[in-house]
Amino acid sequence: MTQDSASQDYESSLARSDNNVASFARTHTPIQTIQHVLHGNPTLVPVIVLLVSIAVFGLVAGDRFFSAFNLTLIMQQVSIIGILAAAQTLIILSAGIDLSVAAIMVLMAVIAGKLSVDLGIPAPISVLIALAGGAAAGLMNGLLVTKAKLPPFITTLGTWSIFYALNLWLSGAQSIRSSDIDTAAPFLKFFGNVIEVGGARITFGVILMVLVFVVLWYMLNKTAWGRHVYAVGDDKEAAELAGIRTDRMLISVYALAGLVCAIAAWASIGRVGSISPQAFYEGNLQSITAVVIGGISLFGGRGSILGALFGALIVGVFQSGLRLAGVDVLWQVFAIGWLIIIAVAIDQWIRKVSA
Amino acid sequence: MTQDPILTGRGLVKHYGRVTALDNCDFDLYPGEVLAVIGDNGAGKSSLIKAISGAVQLDAGEIRLEGKPIQFKSPLEARDAGIETVYQTLALSPALSIVDNMFVGREIVKQGPMGRYLRMLDHKKMEAMAREKLSDLGLMTIQNINQAVETLSGGQRQGVAVARAAAFGSKVIIMDEPTAALGVKESRRVLDLIADVKARGMPIVLISHNMPHVFEVADRIHVHRLGKRLCVIDPKAHSMNDAVALMTGAKTPDEAEAA
Repeated sequence: MTQDSASQDYESSLARSDNNVASFARTHTPIQTIQHVLHGNPTLVPVIVLLVSIAVFGLVAGDRFFSAFNLTLIMQQVSIIGILAAAQTLIILSAGIDLSVAAIMVLMAVIAGKLSVDLGIPAPISVLIALAGGAAAGLMNGLLVTKAKLPPFITTLGTWSIFYALNLWLSGAQSIRSSDIDTAAPFLKFFGNVIEVGGARITFGVILMVLVFVVLWYMLNKTAWGRHVYAVGDDKEAAELAGIRTDRMLISVYALAGLVCAIAAWASIGRVGSISPQAFYEGNLQSITAVVIGGISLFGGRGSILGALFGALIVGVFQSGLRLAGVDVLWQVFAIGWLIIIAVAIDQWIRKVSA
Repeated sequence: MTQDPILTGRGLVKHYGRVTALDNCDFDLYPGEVLAVIGDNGAGKSSLIKAISGAVQLDAGEIRLEGKPIQFKSPLEARDAGIETVYQTLALSPALSIVDNMFVGREIVKQGPMGRYLRMLDHKKMEAMAREKLSDLGLMTIQNINQAVETLSGGQRQGVAVARAAAFGSKVIIMDEPTAALGVKESRRVLDLIADVKARGMPIVLISHNMPHVFEVADRIHVHRLGKRLCVIDPKAHSMNDAVALMTGAKTPDEAEAA
């Protein structure tokens, strides 16, 4: 019986110790306070940037910018990239990246167009096939990422080319003309319909974009599935140990993103009028731009999907404002480039927050 | 022991490539006890724990829970069977809130159509339950239950992970190095937590390198060496020195009995 002497008591002095566990002096500078607020509300930055840029361009370009017509035009212009950005957000929140979103979209638009215009299949059926095709394309990405354990960047870099090649093959590199769609399958252009109120022109496509964001916001924030997307993107190992079936979760994320891309395909036919296999070639990068400017962390698990909507709108506002202010297109591209860099720099700064 | 063990392992084997992590290992946990598992680095403690908690699949051997053979393909299945694990890494998602973390994988869905058709979570109910569990364990120094886990101190995070296990564990709780990353005061709080959980009759498996902690809370000590159970010793009949000598191979169990 030696353990009493072996185990020296070293805790009895604890009773008299200072009971304030790790209390730090609260000397927050105003900058730190801002950092904390932004850490808790990552969507605040894009909202502020959006409002400020609208105000600034309103002052610079005047009524031509600040008219109901122009503001709703901006929404029309960002609607397709906006929906793609919603799909991209799902992937990025799960700590992945999807370079194939626009390729899936264009391929599904071509499939729907070919089925209805060339083969005479009723448009609603073509649309359903395209939606299923989008989900299947996303499923393929998801299976490659989880089962073949390939990095999302490489997987979707590959499928981007694959889907693009399929799209050129199916379309014969030829556009499907707007007039042919009008005669054979006007239903494909459903989202081109417009509601006019005063000078405002709201297309069904814009309403669809808002609807997509609302539904996905609900899924991400109000359901267990959404919480799991964040948990997996935040720390995959921890999520796995905490009892989430991470592979199944990621597959569902990629498949849903693919479905959303196919929804964007349907909307794009209404927006563009024709179906061009060469359209939206930079759509994947533009969707990533919107997500990043929207304050969603590229490392996963952080940010709100509404940020991507604001990010897409910020890009649209910059393009429209600079154009109306008479600035050359190359400076629009220049400005967007800086926006991306500044957005990521702010994200990094916010993440350094100390509790 | 007059009671039957609640959890047993017989002939457990696990290889990682050419490395043998578990070599015909046995394991017994009795109802209501705190069983400490000690062993040198690389002895296979973590593999043993991961096998029991479903995080790794065994190559051979049988685990029985309350006499029934079990085979977990994932931590989720182990949890469903009533075995909760507090991992050394805690397995918390830093960006999610305390409530979200406590209910990950077993969220409560609202009653009525919003829950049934739209799968809406019942956040109020989960908050109330989380608050209750945390205050049960004396952890309500945490001000805001919706704050992100990354804003908590190390001890508070440990507390959240233990509270999660204690809240849902119905049969066994496994704790892997719960005091390893903590200061003296925070370790004390966790040891008190272990005593609290034990007082409710819940058996606990405790993996630790900290001999004073092990000797304070353990009823029996399972000494793990070279991938198998070397012996089980009674902390009241042996010194910490004996335990260290056994797990490092400086003594054999026979010598320890003789001493």
